[in-house]
Amino acid sequence: MSPGLQLVGASYRYAGSSRPALSDVGLTVLPGRVVGVVGANESGKTTLCLVASGLAPVAIGGRLDGSVRVDGVETAGLAPHRLAQLCGMLFQNSLTQLSGATATVFEEVAFGPANLGLPVAEVVDRVRWALGLVGIDALALRDPARLSGGQGQLVALASVLALRPRYLILDEPTSELDPAGARSVADVLSRVAAETGAGILLVEHKLEILAGIADEVVVLEGGKVALADEAATVLADPRLAGLGVEPPAGVRLERAVVGAGIEWSAAMAAAIR
Amino acid sequence: MVGRDGGGDPMTHQRLGAAPAVPSIEIDGVSFSYPDGTQALRGVDLRIEAGEAVAIVGQNGSGKSTLVRHLNGLLRPTVGRVLLGGDDIRTVHVAALAGLVGLAFQNPDRQLFAGRVAAEVAFGPRNLGLRGADLDERVRAALADLGLDGETATNPWDLGYSRRKLLSLASVLAMRAPILVLDEPTTGQDARGVARVRGVVARAVAEGRTVIAVSHDMRFVAESFRRVVVMREGRVVLDGAPEAAFAEPAWGELRAANLEPPLPALAGARLGLGATPTEAEFVAGVAGAAGVTRK
Repeated sequence: MSPGLQLVGASYRYAGSSRPALSDVGLTVLPGRVVGVVGANESGKTTLCLVASGLAPVAIGGRLDGSVRVDGVETAGLAPHRLAQLCGMLFQNSLTQLSGATATVFEEVAFGPANLGLPVAEVVDRVRWALGLVGIDALALRDPARLSGGQGQLVALASVLALRPRYLILDEPTSELDPAGARSVADVLSRVAAETGAGILLVEHKLEILAGIADEVVVLEGGKVALADEAATVLADPRLAGLGVEPPAGVRLERAVVGAGIEWSAAMAAAIR
Repeated sequence: MVGRDGGGDPMTHQRLGAAPAVPSIEIDGVSFSYPDGTQALRGVDLRIEAGEAVAIVGQNGSGKSTLVRHLNGLLRPTVGRVLLGGDDIRTVHVAALAGLVGLAFQNPDRQLFAGRVAAEVAFGPRNLGLRGADLDERVRAALADLGLDGETATNPWDLGYSRRKLLSLASVLAMRAPILVLDEPTTGQDARGVARVRGVVARAVAEGRTVIAVSHDMRFVAESFRRVVVMREGRVVLDGAPEAAFAEPAWGELRAANLEPPLPALAGARLGLGATPTEAEFVAGVAGAAGVTRK
């Protein structure tokens, strides 16, 4: 068995769609590593998440060609409850994630582990761990339906972490968060990768976040892999803008200064750190 | 819930037939508690004049979305008043409010319901009484503004999240309300999507409409808005132009609200260039400091 979440020549068509949303994608997320995914709107980022997590086609149908393996096992043949323990997916829209069936945040985060049939003490431990890790202990008794957008996103993240999956697939986990909240989620993900050995596939528009935590970055365009390399290499690649991806703020500032015919000085470079 | 047939009452038509003047907004001592006891607003006073471009920023759960939902009567203050053009909005009919204040939700999926993109965008203006060529033109223009003109027959749920979000914006734009309220309009957007949202804001401001946006995107805030309101724990803690709100003396307050000034502001202050909240201002600052005259 080869460890890792591995896509080999993966192509996927949604049910009823005539063209593939993902074409011949190959990538590997090794345990303990963070692989970032960027790309323009509709470049296939969310589809990649659905395919990597096995939800497409296991839960939503459609047609998958090629192979998606978790630690050597093809996901296509796995039962949903097995899949949930291997690959945890955080949806872009936290309303999609939350069950709508619980009265408190604590119960919401407990919902997944409880459905795996774990002993109550273990469920409670996991919920406390996940709430503490994400820093939302104070929300434990709040009604999940009455949270702000950003708070809902943190609860959704905690609920996926509580499943303790071997691989985490996260579709824009910081989109609704304030800047400090986004940084703190990035720190949490680094810790989860380092401490639990989970492999993380992370779709993220904010390249500053990826610069801090991703080992590798994959750029999608039209459902295909356009660039893939070590994070620092991809994030500095001049082709990013042409692929519809906004370069990090520091890179943009340097280009604006140089573009105005002014020399980019060492002092300026120090000032953007 | 507004009826789908859009017949409407004649009062509404009379008030909204001509483009209504842009009313000022006055939030007067507003506090709000949700039924579960969460106190989301604690005595907010804010006056927004006609034609202002105001960004509301602050940490998650600081009351931003709650505040803007008071502007079209979705929420009513527990304490205090909201005045539109001097009238307490409790006295303004919901249908009239819908014509005065267009609110795009943070989450587009709370807003979309039609089977086709064009029908989604037509719903609002149809309820304002528009028909035929006028209605078609409204829909066409709003979709073109957001780059969705090729998708009129598409089911909204066949669009990705980012374009569903642009669609929800288009459906609010098509109302041509004098006050536009956008809750986190740039989340999930790529560079092109953000540019489209910026275009929408710039055009509305150029037309003299009021634009109010809730955002965590400090670059968008600094570049597209002339006033920044910072909220923390249900209160307004800072209110000023981007040059002031992102200037060094405000950083402590910003960080207490989980915010970071945009990079050009940070770098400009470190280089002693003064307040440079945008890239353009930073470049102008270094050009000035270097004695370089830009072409």
